[in-house]
Amino acid sequence: MRATGGGRWFAGAILLAVLVRPIHAQDTTRALEQGVRVGITYTPGLRPGMLVMGSPGSVVLDSVRAILQRDLDYSDRFEMIFLPGAESLMVAMTAPAPRPPSGGAASSGVDGFVNYGLFEALGADYAVAIRAVPETAAVVTVFDVRGRQPRRAIPLRLDSVTGPESRLAIHRVSDEVVRAAAGAPGIAATRLLIIERDRAYRIDTDGADALPVSRAGVKAMSPVWAPDGRRVAYMEFAAGAGRVYVQNIASGERALVPPTAQHLNYALAFSPDGRTLAFTRSAEDGTHLFTYNLAENCCVQRLTADRFSDNLSPTFSPDGRRIAFSSNRPGTPQIYVMSADGTGQELFAPFDYGVTGSSHAPEWSPDGLNIAFHRDVAGIPQVFVMDVASRRVRQLTSAGRNEDPTWAPDGRHLAFVSTRTGSRQVWIIDLDTGRVRQLTRLGEARLPAWSPRIAEGTNP
Amino acid sequence: MRSMLPYALGVAVLVTVAACGGGQPAPQQVAPQPNADSLAAAQAAARAAADARMRDSLERMRRADEERVSRMREDSLAMMRRATDEVRTMLATRIHFDFDKSDIRPGDAAVLDQKLAILQANPGVTIEIVGHCDERGSDEYNLALGNRRALAARQYLVSRGIAAGRINTRSMGEEQPAQMGSTEEAWAMNRRDEFTIASGGDLLRRPPGM
Repeated sequence: MRATGGGRWFAGAILLAVLVRPIHAQDTTRALEQGVRVGITYTPGLRPGMLVMGSPGSVVLDSVRAILQRDLDYSDRFEMIFLPGAESLMVAMTAPAPRPPSGGAASSGVDGFVNYGLFEALGADYAVAIRAVPETAAVVTVFDVRGRQPRRAIPLRLDSVTGPESRLAIHRVSDEVVRAAAGAPGIAATRLLIIERDRAYRIDTDGADALPVSRAGVKAMSPVWAPDGRRVAYMEFAAGAGRVYVQNIASGERALVPPTAQHLNYALAFSPDGRTLAFTRSAEDGTHLFTYNLAENCCVQRLTADRFSDNLSPTFSPDGRRIAFSSNRPGTPQIYVMSADGTGQELFAPFDYGVTGSSHAPEWSPDGLNIAFHRDVAGIPQVFVMDVASRRVRQLTSAGRNEDPTWAPDGRHLAFVSTRTGSRQVWIIDLDTGRVRQLTRLGEARLPAWSPRIAEGTNP
Repeated sequence: MRSMLPYALGVAVLVTVAACGGGQPAPQQVAPQPNADSLAAAQAAARAAADARMRDSLERMRRADEERVSRMREDSLAMMRRATDEVRTMLATRIHFDFDKSDIRPGDAAVLDQKLAILQANPGVTIEIVGHCDERGSDEYNLALGNRRALAARQYLVSRGIAAGRINTRSMGEEQPAQMGSTEEAWAMNRRDEFTIASGGDLLRRPPGM
């Protein structure tokens, strides 16, 4: 009885939390000048409630629970139901007891009594239990509260709780929980490249485990992921040139991209098949786009030639057929598009001459539907997204300077650089809810690049 | 040639003095006649003394002259070094740009004209121009903008007759600010071209009229 009473109380608190939450969306709901439609309208309460239960008596599983719960929160697909520690354990006591694994009913991973009524009273549409299992370390079970049945059991192997390997394993489980509950996987098991104090690092999506990628003491810029998620490319300033290296991120082995030994080469992009590297080169004849065939180690191809314009920041469409880029041929830099062989160059994002600000750093979304870029609004860069089909543009940010957006593999999150709290840091916005969170708390972070999904068995 | 003239004059004067002193037979003396031998000996001694005096004097002259010449050489070396430093400073004078622009400002054309004259007066010199930006604007775009700024100065010089091969260009975007800070003043200082001598700059001639 007491538990149920407590449940009602928490449900009330959760309702309050739901009402308060739209404050997070303030960044994106302001009306703006220039006829730009601000696209995010936040609709509270539509997301399913998600409850992650505690793990009585296990410190290890409690830290798993903390990571898992944060991952699910950062997926922005659920209304998270946060219970204080003791209450969480109390709810867990009513959940199914651990059960030795056996062949037959392993798909549910559960037996015994599941208190769906309590979960429902707490506002949960889904509940997640983490339980120790002798052979696989743990099993994470997703319950469909309304359907009154377990939906999926996901095994979790843990070598150690604190190592980066096991953190990635937990992130992978989180993504599977999201898939089980929301129909599409999460993005916890991905990473970002950033530049911090001139050096390239890779960092987890929850801000943990920043590890250096490029060399110490050498200024690096323009980090990008190869589509396989195992290699990266970046530029290093050396001997008066900007040289591009492709590096295996696990082994640290790297190779100079031969045509980049001379001149300033930067703002890179891999083709979706990983065989071609597009790059920007600034030299005596201006700034132009080139491609190099990495797979066959040959064949520099020049894509732009106009003597009076700068052309930079290439990004491939996911089908590999088109490249969007920025060009100042209309006077100020704007977003252009062309075929991947350089033909058919045309203005992509519409602009009004003398009105629309400079537009930079386009990145094509993984689903091909959108282009993210930043554009000056009253002299301050803000993140925009263009719907490719309609070419309609919407502004996502307005607080501080916001630039260099990069897509998460789910096509609904963007990381970008923002000065909204002072120094330049990387922030993440969810386009569906408008929710914004800070990823880095470093001296300064810039030029983020979001990885593709990291394949099972690799840990770049 | 000019330095030889005082030396030649000095020698001529000495020769005249020596000739007068040596050739005077003292005609007022009517006292006892010395014998011819002792007279000859005395005359020989006097001649020898005069020769020695002349040699000493010539030696002093030569030494003084050498000192003067080496002093002059050092002076002119110092002058050349000073000229080189001045020319180098003139060549390193930065030019600045408006925000997000790469046009040469009217005031900076005079600065570039000075560099033009220096490059014309010193045909062995090659230079490097590095374009820079302020911290505003996209990091990668600023690499292109810095490149354009370096090229603008290069184009100014090349279009006025400097061989393109003598000017190398580079961009550092916003990566090397001249002045830290996020003020209008710092930004204005950071939007710049820097000029350095790449080769042939050991001794620089001042262009005519400077």
